[in-house]
Amino acid sequence: MSTPAASVGEVNVRPKYSAMAQTSVTFVGIAVIALYFADVSITTHDPWAEINRMLRGAVTPDFFAVEAIGSALVKTVAFALIGVALGAAAGFVLAQIFHLAIVRVICSFVRAIHELFWALIFLQMLGLTPLTGILAIAIPYAGICAKVYAETLEEAHVPALQAVPSGSSVVSTFFYVRLPDVWTHIVSYTSYRFECGLRSSAVLGFVGLPTLGFYLETAFSEGNYSEASALLITFYVLIASIRYWLRPRLIGVYLLIAPFLLGGGMDIKLSNVMRFLTVDIVPVPLRGSNLLEPSNWHEFANWVTHLLADQALPGIVATLLLTQIALVGTAFLSLAFFPLISAKFLGKKGRLVGHLFLVVVRSTPEFILAYIFLQLWGPSMLPAIIALSLHNGAIIGHLMGRFSNEIILRPDHAKGINLYGYEIVPRIYGQFLAFLFYRWEVIMRETAILGILGIATLGFYVDSALADIRLDRALFLILITALLNVCIDSVSRAIRKRLRLNRAVQNY
Amino acid sequence: MLQLTNENLGYKQGLVLRNISLSIAEGERVALVGESGAGKSTLLTALQNRFHAKAALIPQDVGLVRNLSVFHNIYMGRLNANSTSRNLLNLVWPQKREVDQIKPLVGRLGLADELFKTTGELSGGQQQRTAVCRALYQGGPVVIGDEPVSAVDSNMAGQVMQSLGETFATVVLAMHDVELALKYSSRIIGLKDGEIALDQAANSLSRKDIDFLYASSG
Repeated sequence: MSTPAASVGEVNVRPKYSAMAQTSVTFVGIAVIALYFADVSITTHDPWAEINRMLRGAVTPDFFAVEAIGSALVKTVAFALIGVALGAAAGFVLAQIFHLAIVRVICSFVRAIHELFWALIFLQMLGLTPLTGILAIAIPYAGICAKVYAETLEEAHVPALQAVPSGSSVVSTFFYVRLPDVWTHIVSYTSYRFECGLRSSAVLGFVGLPTLGFYLETAFSEGNYSEASALLITFYVLIASIRYWLRPRLIGVYLLIAPFLLGGGMDIKLSNVMRFLTVDIVPVPLRGSNLLEPSNWHEFANWVTHLLADQALPGIVATLLLTQIALVGTAFLSLAFFPLISAKFLGKKGRLVGHLFLVVVRSTPEFILAYIFLQLWGPSMLPAIIALSLHNGAIIGHLMGRFSNEIILRPDHAKGINLYGYEIVPRIYGQFLAFLFYRWEVIMRETAILGILGIATLGFYVDSALADIRLDRALFLILITALLNVCIDSVSRAIRKRLRLNRAVQNY
Repeated sequence: MLQLTNENLGYKQGLVLRNISLSIAEGERVALVGESGAGKSTLLTALQNRFHAKAALIPQDVGLVRNLSVFHNIYMGRLNANSTSRNLLNLVWPQKREVDQIKPLVGRLGLADELFKTTGELSGGQQQRTAVCRALYQGGPVVIGDEPVSAVDSNMAGQVMQSLGETFATVVLAMHDVELALKYSSRIIGLKDGEIALDQAANSLSRKDIDFLYASSG
């Protein structure tokens, strides 16, 4: 700054950009640089012919494959119900002791590991059994539910507390006063989680569990696109109609029936579980060797160094590149998508089509979208970028559209692109960034897991290690992934804090 | 029964009542009157802190749990008297014993049809009567109420005052309705400009003697 005397008569008229604008430009810049290093080639010979066949399948769904569709949906729902119920119940208990640092750390760690990674771990331990699928959903969901329930209970505003007679037990007070106050919030969050659970459950099919993903992969690999499209359409109907069939009174009945619908599986062998825990996951240099011998630790250090340099580091770089590109892709697509359901821009009919489009895109898990695009374009980062941007863009676009509908404009407001640029976007930009930064961590988790499909992110190295039955390496790489995720989460929290972005949007 | 001597009362932001001395004997029916902002709620809070567990409370914002039924909100008055397991049982499945205890109370205050409605659906007056029923159900030697009949219509207000008088030996209520205060109280305490401006037996006072509290000062 110049001295006051020097600034007289010299008005600084250069525009000053807000912190939000600066942050946005920085992230776009990072994504452009990342795009330069990323591999986004199309490797299939004739993608157009394949797109043609897929589109033909999409418009001629084959609902007569009843057996496959029925079985896929029933099992997808059964796994989701039991997994989410257990996760929510455990989360509820953990929420009561969430003030303990150790509980918070454990919860943030278990939710940083993707359901599919959990499934891969339990597949090694328990085999292809229903329990594998249930735990793969229940464990990360317990972590996320614990956090959200604890925050919800903390924010409960309860004037009734002062009227409770003194000497009432803590448990009675909790169930009569604190819990009822936030009950509706907890119920709506849990049903949102159930919707996520259906998507998780569907995706578990890709690692061999008998849910939607399994049938979808089979249909795709056989080129049976009509059956694939019928499977997806019934899945959308299932998700869109949740509120009609998931009645509070029926949940108990569903939960009683669900365990019998999971299907059988191999027997769980206790010896397998024990071997997994005590031998398989112990790093090779330390396995069965004398831990007091320094040379073993020397070898262990070598093992770690090689793993870090050859696999973890390239995996981290690829994961970060993809995450940053997909984050900005998500941002652009949500800005493009939200007018589709906004009454400020479209009439009733137009919005109906917009809603339909967004429901379909956000109900399709990223993993399934990426799988489809991968069939079309071959393995590169391109399918992953498009899949992640589409799915997350549809989610944020939906939320922004709802926000934009609440804006009240003066009667002589601008129209069209001016309305968009001057009136609407500036008003919801803070919300938009908040949603985006909350979604960052989710995008990163998905990016890592897409490696299973052959893109060189961390999941790719995990999957290869598992294929080689090197469980010690796989687990080490999964832990690295979780750590990376926890880091992104804290960076995101710091940015949100700096930009003072609203807390109220965190749960979605 | 209770004694305040030269107390300064108020919130962090500043003193509301200065140098208050006051004693309340068992069996008294005390009405606090005065303009809004005169410090009635502050004095009630101080009294409530002194009485500790002895007093049943009817807060100004009624202190109901909106998602629970009238029955549950009233039952809450005796959360401390029953075992936790009994409380949880009643929460999911109201038991005949407690329903039978609570029915006469709601009948008397005109809430019989609302017993199993959630209190969020009720009118302001019905919510206030629910809070009164909770205090009645809780029982004990003392009740402290912050304008417990402000939203209740006049017929019912008399019924509420009557019930409180019969159930509790000692009654301390902030009142906005001076006529009602005179009719159902034994002692009137008037607050003005951060001090006790009036403290007399109710039967020695008439409406006119109280009006000065509500005249704008200065």
